[in-house]
Amino acid sequence: MSAPDGGAPAGPPVGRPLTRAERAAELYTDGEWHRLHPATPLLRGGIVFIALFGFVLSNLRERLIGFFVGAPEYGGDPLDAIYNHGWEGWALLGVAVVLLLCFGAFYLSWRMHSFRITGDAVEVRSGILFRTQRKARLDRIQGINVVRPVLARIVGAAKLDVSVAGHDANVQLAYLGSSLADGLRADVLRLASGVRAAEAAEAEAAASGGAAAVAVSESDSGAPAGAPTAGGAPSRAAAVGDLVGRRVNEFLAPELDPNAAPPESVVKIPPLRLLGSLLLSGFTVFVLVVIAFLIWGASSGELWLLIVVLPGLIGSASFYINRFTKSLRYSIAGTPDGVRVGFGLLSTSNETLPPGRIHAVEVLQPLLWRPFGWWQIRIDTAGHSREKGAAGQPNTTMLPVGDAADVFRVLSLVLPGFATDEHRELIESGMTSAGRDAFVGSPRRAVWIRPFSWQRTGYRVVDDAILLRRGFVWRSLAIVPLARLQSLELQQGPLDAALGLAEVRFHTVSGPVHPRLAAIDAPNGVRLFEEVSTRAVAAAAADRSHRWGQATNHTEKEH
Amino acid sequence: MPDRIDLNVGEWRRVSPKYVLVVIASTVITGLVLAAASLFLWLVGGWPFGWVALVVVVVISVIALIIAPRRARSIGYRLRDDDLLFRRGIMFQRFVSVPYGRMQLIDINRGPVSRMLGLADLKFVTAAASTGVMVPGLPEPEAAELRDRLVELAESRRAGL
Repeated sequence: MSAPDGGAPAGPPVGRPLTRAERAAELYTDGEWHRLHPATPLLRGGIVFIALFGFVLSNLRERLIGFFVGAPEYGGDPLDAIYNHGWEGWALLGVAVVLLLCFGAFYLSWRMHSFRITGDAVEVRSGILFRTQRKARLDRIQGINVVRPVLARIVGAAKLDVSVAGHDANVQLAYLGSSLADGLRADVLRLASGVRAAEAAEAEAAASGGAAAVAVSESDSGAPAGAPTAGGAPSRAAAVGDLVGRRVNEFLAPELDPNAAPPESVVKIPPLRLLGSLLLSGFTVFVLVVIAFLIWGASSGELWLLIVVLPGLIGSASFYINRFTKSLRYSIAGTPDGVRVGFGLLSTSNETLPPGRIHAVEVLQPLLWRPFGWWQIRIDTAGHSREKGAAGQPNTTMLPVGDAADVFRVLSLVLPGFATDEHRELIESGMTSAGRDAFVGSPRRAVWIRPFSWQRTGYRVVDDAILLRRGFVWRSLAIVPLARLQSLELQQGPLDAALGLAEVRFHTVSGPVHPRLAAIDAPNGVRLFEEVSTRAVAAAAADRSHRWGQATNHTEKEH
Repeated sequence: MPDRIDLNVGEWRRVSPKYVLVVIASTVITGLVLAAASLFLWLVGGWPFGWVALVVVVVISVIALIIAPRRARSIGYRLRDDDLLFRRGIMFQRFVSVPYGRMQLIDINRGPVSRMLGLADLKFVTAAASTGVMVPGLPEPEAAELRDRLVELAESRRAGL
């Protein structure tokens, strides 16, 4: 328990032996009710408190200045009235009572707010008068987000946001100790993956050995859980220094713990590329149009335009800065429990998506990015964390900007069964090819509907996934794992019918990716419909990803 | 019509012939409401193009009434081994396949006209909002029976999301 690495998971990296934080967290996954971090009410109501304090301070400013500097007095505010009537005592008493009531309520709400993690669910109950209880089934977890707002980071706390499928169906553990949150996430995911159940079965088989192992793990985990008390032996000052040092270290630590993921899987965004991608966005085009408009207005003497539009222009500058700073330190990494997406400079956030939770992936490239070879990756997921993604973008943007190599790495993380070296060429041609290759393309008559992109339009069914390629100006490649497909549609309007074309749509959970392909050959469309509808059923039946740990234990997934 | 797509799945199960009446009733009611609105705008509101709107409404309603039987007949469904197939539309044809394991819930709705005729609509909900499969105009006992059968099938093939 050396001071510098204190709370951070210091154990060995990815392998089987648990990190210290995970072992500490294991104490919390025993199915009993536990309380949250004691600073929780302050952190949740913290903003209000600071605002209140600021309000009082700004109201008292004149008075304080007057008190210390001796500026001329002007009467008529409540404090004067209190002072003049000699009510200071009562006033102070009133303030004290209000404060006490506040703290009482805080304490009570903390006492009543508890969570428990059992073998099949995460539950939270809270509320004093109106009790609420939320439960997230482990095998339905779509992602776990650990969020650390600035204030919470200073105190060393973090929010754990467990999202399950559905709108606003999150279970939030706010707040927990910072390292505990990390450990707990790993533990919950391990529980959900079914690895723990498998381990338990093994342990039972080797009964005596198992008991010893449990004893060891408990004696180890006791110490870090009680770390803040520091055992009493060292002096108080040392303990405080230790605590401060740990906070500072946590604050300065890299966003992604180097031990958490194999470095070759980590994708980061260089700041320059981030800046470039921001400057080459559709928003910039809009701003430029506005500026051109302004210049025209100024030159023709319509100065009122300047006054109307200028504030918006300044606001757009803050938009750029905001996006830039929030997307700094963006990293995508493959951990044993799924893909981890982290970002943030002051307030940090990182979400882990377990395998098989991604319903559709789209790799796209706006026209302006083409000279630089930059791409963006978006995904559809069933559950959404309540927290916003980087830069206020919805957290369905997996990779805000990256080059082709980054795209492959991210794809191999989000679609581990599909995006292997074997399919690399196929994905490459899906991204950049102009057509007439391994994809099933559209006939020439599609030019009437897709004048530019008819050659590029194409699809290809590979193993348990379908690739849809389209877009000439905005290149796009959508990949849908068939095991996640909800339903399938084939349609034909009058124009399609006249040209002998059809459109297929792949229904997935709602999100930014709409996997569909228009203007394909009608007989091909029918064949595709038939093929995919049978394959999707087979893929869904073979899919074991809701207990991903067990699946890999028993049999390697067949492709 | 050249080159209409069709699936080689044999005979589709059609909805009740009485469903035509529901389509006609809803077309007539919509037409009347829109006609009244445009009439109001024309005569009371003094909108000079009110009569154009009226003519358009009447023409569209009449066309809709003429093709109503064909529209009703175009709706079909079929229970295959692993999925439910659904089709509808003449001009805009639409085929949907929903694997049984993907059904999250099944709704039975009955509008006022349907209820008079003893019909019910069956709606299938999956995790994807865009699935949008509704088989209208099933005789009530058949709808209930179909629902129970589908729930049973969905139970036996339950998959994750």
